[in-house]
Amino acid sequence: MNYTLKIWRQKSAKERGEMVSYQVSGISAEISFFEMLDILNQQLIAEGGDPVAFDHDCREGICGTCSLYINGRPHGPVRGVTTCQLHMRSFSDGEVIHIEPWRSKAFPVVRDLVVDRSALDLIIQAGGYVSVNSGGIPDANTIPVPKHHADTAFDAAACIGCGACVAACPNAAAMLFVSAKVSHLSLLPQGKAEAVKRVQKMVARMDELGFGNCSNTYACEVECPKLISVTNIARMNREFLSAKLFSEKEKIVRDSI
Amino acid sequence: MILFFSIALKTYCMNKLLQFSSITGKVIMALAGVFLVTFLGVHLGINLLLLSDDGGRSFSVAAEFMSSNPLIRIFEIVLFAGFLVHIVLGLVVSRQNRASRPVGYVVANRTETSFLSKYMLHSGIVVLIFLALHFSDYYFVKIGLVAPPEGIGPHDFYAMTLHLFSSTWYALFYMFCFVLLGIHLNHAIQSAFQTMGWNHTRYMGAVKVAGTIYSIAISLGFMVIPLYFILFR
Ligand code: HEM
Ligand code: SF4
Ligand code: FES
Repeated sequence: MNYTLKIWRQKSAKERGEMVSYQVSGISAEISFFEMLDILNQQLIAEGGDPVAFDHDCREGICGTCSLYINGRPHGPVRGVTTCQLHMRSFSDGEVIHIEPWRSKAFPVVRDLVVDRSALDLIIQAGGYVSVNSGGIPDANTIPVPKHHADTAFDAAACIGCGACVAACPNAAAMLFVSAKVSHLSLLPQGKAEAVKRVQKMVARMDELGFGNCSNTYACEVECPKLISVTNIARMNREFLSAKLFSEKEKIVRDSI
Repeated sequence: MILFFSIALKTYCMNKLLQFSSITGKVIMALAGVFLVTFLGVHLGINLLLLSDDGGRSFSVAAEFMSSNPLIRIFEIVLFAGFLVHIVLGLVVSRQNRASRPVGYVVANRTETSFLSKYMLHSGIVVLIFLALHFSDYYFVKIGLVAPPEGIGPHDFYAMTLHLFSSTWYALFYMFCFVLLGIHLNHAIQSAFQTMGWNHTRYMGAVKVAGTIYSIAISLGFMVIPLYFILFR
């Protein structure tokens, strides 16, 4: 199969970028999107050009390194998969494929399609952890965890921190990511102890970093490769409100980075 | 000295105001919005009296009650504050949202999600324009800032309404505004629930359906009145 690729090229954070057109031909429908980009890059290297920079690591949908905004959708047209799990059979022969980096004030472009997502790490550093070592695997039933909480926490913990939610959101809000982390920890006994502080710190950090406000368009949920639900955002709003309204000693005013 | 203190106080307030977190801002906005949503129901109830066949008597009685009852006078101030808070926060939040993506995409977003939810600011601004018009048509006339149309008393809201809807263009614009208000509300009601943290798989479906029914009822309810005046008067 043959494709026309229109790819965002930008040499560095400081230089201006633009969309550049490329042709790839003889592509098998069964190869992955990244294998197709690998072929393009080999082609560019052979011609003495600069290969296209893009983020990838595990190529099996578990690390959260890959990104790409493909034809107007983060991680491309298939629901519930990362770009590395996308195959060329999802595109028709001769299709024009637009590939752009993720856009957010908090995700500056480093080069071509690579953006700096360390803002998400900074949010985790603000409170997305359990401060004490909670030890090895406890004996079954020594720490009671309701099955429903275990399931919900596990679903939230599936977030791989890719940032597609931010890329899809019309406001570039990071609420789905932050709420997944908040929920995952606060639903379990080891994380509950710090829940009141955690939610306030993580939200404060999120705001500082320039992410937008949630306007409940739910675009994030549709594009999330791990199908994280927006009910997590409601849970975070709930936790945040009760922390602000009812906690006495643990009120957090902004701490700076 | 006084000047110095007032400037210091002002900067302090501004900093405080601009410092509330994204969630706090949205919650305040949602609370004000929900308050406005209930107000709309009351307002529609009174307006529908315009349709009763008594030459505007029941409508005038209700309007007179609303503008003289002291409890409702206090409520009016709360209502204005609600509008102000909602509108100011709506503009602030929308501006921050725009700023959070300084470089946009070449290809517009194609995520399959509620399409109109992205146009809350736009529908809100149409409602705001309507509010300005509505104030100059009624409220400013009532408090004597604007002269009523010739031959109509400043408290004769029934005659004012007849006068306004005698212009087909005015009636059409009025209906257009309420279509947009309906669009605003359709997203807004379930959105307010989500913002407050009241999203639960057990009832969110019902909230969405009820919100849509309410917004259609409000929108159609207000639109029926000019339609009636155009068609039957
Ligand atoms: C009778 C009039 C109005 C009612 C009943 C109403 C109601 C609401 C409600 C309940 C919400 C959801 C709030 C949330 O989820 O946090 C909302 C959102 C919004 N409203 Fe209004 N509103 C009205 C007028 C206006 C006006 C005049 C503006 C003018 C700027 C406006 C701008 C907005 C915006 C921008 C949002 C979306 C905010 C966001 O989700 O980020 N609204 N409205
Ligand atoms: S919530 Fe989903 S889209 Fe957002 S960072 Fe986590 S996995 Fe990616
Ligand atoms: S490369 Fe690891 S998730 Fe895509």
